[in-house]
Amino acid sequence: MNEHSPGGARGLWRDAGRRLRRDRVALAALGVIVLVALFALLAPALSPWGYESLDWQHLALPPGASAAHWLGTDRLGRDLFVRTLHGVRLSLLISVLASLVSLVIGVLWGAVAGLAGGRTDGWMMRLVDVLYSLPYLFIVIILTTLWQRGSIAALLLALGAVGWLTTARIVRGQALALKHREFIEAARAVGVPAPAILLRHIVPNLLGPVLVYATLIVPQIIVSESFLSFLGLGVQEPHASLGNLILTGAQEMESAPWMLLVPAAFLVVLLVCFNFLGDGLRDAFDPRER
Amino acid sequence: MPSIRASAEAAAAPAVLSLSGLTVTFDTPRGRITAARDVTLAVERGECLGVVGESGAGKSQVFLAVLGLLAANGRAQGSARFLGTELLKLAPAALDRVRGAGIGMVFQDPMTSLTPHLTVGGQIAEVIRRHRGVGRAAAHAAALTLLERVQVSDPERRMQQYPHELSGGLRQRVMIAIALSSEPQLLIADEPTTSLDVTVQAQILALLAELKRERAMGMVLITHDLGAVAGVADRVAVLREGCIVETGPVAAVLKTPRDPYTRTLLRDTPRLDADGAPPGAAAAPPGSPAALRLTDLTVRFNVGRGWFGPHARLTAVSAVSLELYAGESLGVVGESGAGKSTLVRAALQLLRPAAGRVVWMGQALADLPQGVLRALRRDLQIIFQDPLGSLDPRMTVGEIVGEPLRVHAPHLDRAARAAQLAAVLRRVGLTAELASRYPHELSGGQCQRVGIARATILKPRLLICDEPVSALDVPTQQQIVTLLAHLKRESDMCLLFVSHNLALVRQLCERVLVLYLGRMMELAPAHSLYTRPRHPYTRELLAAVPIPDPDIQPARLARARPGEPPSPLSPPSGCVYRTRCPHAAPVCAERIPEWEELPDTRRVACHRWRELP
Repeated sequence: MNEHSPGGARGLWRDAGRRLRRDRVALAALGVIVLVALFALLAPALSPWGYESLDWQHLALPPGASAAHWLGTDRLGRDLFVRTLHGVRLSLLISVLASLVSLVIGVLWGAVAGLAGGRTDGWMMRLVDVLYSLPYLFIVIILTTLWQRGSIAALLLALGAVGWLTTARIVRGQALALKHREFIEAARAVGVPAPAILLRHIVPNLLGPVLVYATLIVPQIIVSESFLSFLGLGVQEPHASLGNLILTGAQEMESAPWMLLVPAAFLVVLLVCFNFLGDGLRDAFDPRER
Repeated sequence: MPSIRASAEAAAAPAVLSLSGLTVTFDTPRGRITAARDVTLAVERGECLGVVGESGAGKSQVFLAVLGLLAANGRAQGSARFLGTELLKLAPAALDRVRGAGIGMVFQDPMTSLTPHLTVGGQIAEVIRRHRGVGRAAAHAAALTLLERVQVSDPERRMQQYPHELSGGLRQRVMIAIALSSEPQLLIADEPTTSLDVTVQAQILALLAELKRERAMGMVLITHDLGAVAGVADRVAVLREGCIVETGPVAAVLKTPRDPYTRTLLRDTPRLDADGAPPGAAAAPPGSPAALRLTDLTVRFNVGRGWFGPHARLTAVSAVSLELYAGESLGVVGESGAGKSTLVRAALQLLRPAAGRVVWMGQALADLPQGVLRALRRDLQIIFQDPLGSLDPRMTVGEIVGEPLRVHAPHLDRAARAAQLAAVLRRVGLTAELASRYPHELSGGQCQRVGIARATILKPRLLICDEPVSALDVPTQQQIVTLLAHLKRESDMCLLFVSHNLALVRQLCERVLVLYLGRMMELAPAHSLYTRPRHPYTRELLAAVPIPDPDIQPARLARARPGEPPSPLSPPSGCVYRTRCPHAAPVCAERIPEWEELPDTRRVACHRWRELP
């Protein structure tokens, strides 16, 4: 039996939007992410302290001990509230930008390889395989040493350069499947030029799964950045990222646990929210899901 | 007539299956949908009931409800008795026992009903062991007997094969063997032949008719094809929108239908024996140049890819030559695997031919630069087989139909484009408000109209139709064919109509080309092809087309010839058809027959056509 639903105009996007709006968990996660981002952007202005200003009177102050430092200070007397929010800002910026970079490169690379097929596809995907097989830290170390240590541009490039490989693979698989669908053949028969087929027919049809994957790489990149900062390859002092805050916090864990707990709490909240949002998007874009 | 005897017995024994007041509903987020309303019918022992209706009429849902196989949101009310046992109230475990031992089921798509990673023999034997409680060796022997019974050739070897290695017809035979393995009292066949070629369809239907007689079991044949019903069924029930509109003996329903809907269905079923001659020969002025000329067109595919090149090469189309004149319509027919779709795709340069030339209006298409060819595509358009699949799911109808304008007439302003869009939608019988809909919201027929609108918005000079109606219901098929005929009358475009349905081709085409395994068998004006086929393969195809007439069809089915096309990877030597040909002689294996021209302008490739009656 044919299943076609009666009722008003719907589209996959509108359907997905509606399903997402019905998904309370995903919606709450999205709300928390937006709130944290806004808070990180605006709240530091409320505090008299800058992220690198030192308060020699209050070294390693626990939270609540002083009205001036809401979440305490670190061993150098820097305000932890301001530094954590700066860290959130930087980590979010890096992860969202790096995801975008890897998304754009990955989608284009994968779609072109899938659509071209044959030898072009072979060579393009072999390059992906070669990059995959290199240890990712190795690439990151090379790239970060090319620039100044701790340069954000280098970090972005390094994270994006590694992140697009998986995207390209996912997209290529989707494009290969799409290429043999009759509506692509129909577009060729109409005389639509190849670049237009790619952008008008292939990319919109594979965006659903790719968007879902994108929300999953954002937390992955936050963690990667934290890890790189932890190794001293990422964001460098006096700049703060969630990664290097946790690194210094971990060294003071026994005497001043709040230095670890405050940034770690933000990281955990963001990771959980992004993962919930990713789950919600995956369900929303899957028409089989009710 | 077995049905008379069966109904005499029925007075004593309960019917194999009797439904009374069966109503099937589905709870959906948008409210309750009634799939079947108050269905009352009975199937007696040794009787075949044909259940006919369009898709969406609720045919399948009624019998899924009987089997307790409705989707989770479905509910069945009323009564369904199998040999007197009420099925609707049975607990799942008890229902399982009844279903397993008493009712066999054959579905439309045999591939999805078979487990891909188990051998065919293993799957049949498993069912037998479960139902009969016999040992491994006995089950194996019983499976072999069953495969022989359903006329599977070389059953020992087939037992060791996996489902994907079998053809569609063989898979359906395997499904029937599995359904028979529990020695059921009732066999429910849900569109068992819809996805098969006409020739194989005739074989499967003939097999079902034989089994019914031999085993005296009840049978339900669910189908939208009245021709299939005419050959097998004893009684018919016509379903429309979940209600039975007419029921009775097959002869009465098909010959003197009472309900207007049954009459519509009958009228829309194309018939080979219909009155009225097919369209006459095209008024192609002698000596006028052909609009489209294919010369020795050959297309090969590489199969598999290893380190040292492809594993094998498959010749899908082999040295096909034909001319198409302005305003002419040519039918291309043959079973699946005949290379029909490959041929038209190569003609449009959507596939690169291995050899041969495609000349359109004096220009060899392969020599043209990409840009020139793309510009020329506005004249060469195609309609696809899958109505929904050929439309981009992310685009609205307006965007889809307007895309050719965007490519070939980018200078048009918004108003001019909208006007053309509205005009073409009206021409194909769609309302303007559909322009903002998405393909998945349309019915199959509407989707195909959108495809036709896209192909004709630029007023092409060649329209290729690749099985444009084979995915549609019978009444919708008729509407689309009427629309195509109308569009063709309006303009002087050429039509290349690919189909496996000879009865449909007859309505539309002036000349017909018969292909088999990528080679030309016969090319003739439609009238002479249908009245006096020369090639044995054309005869086989014509004989296999079902005719919705219960007086003729059973005898036609009984004459159905066995055999399916061999693999195109290893075609027979000489004449490719000889392995199935009833008239094959030694010479047929030695030489490829020539493409001979007969006095009446037809062409035949057969060594023996002169000797045949």
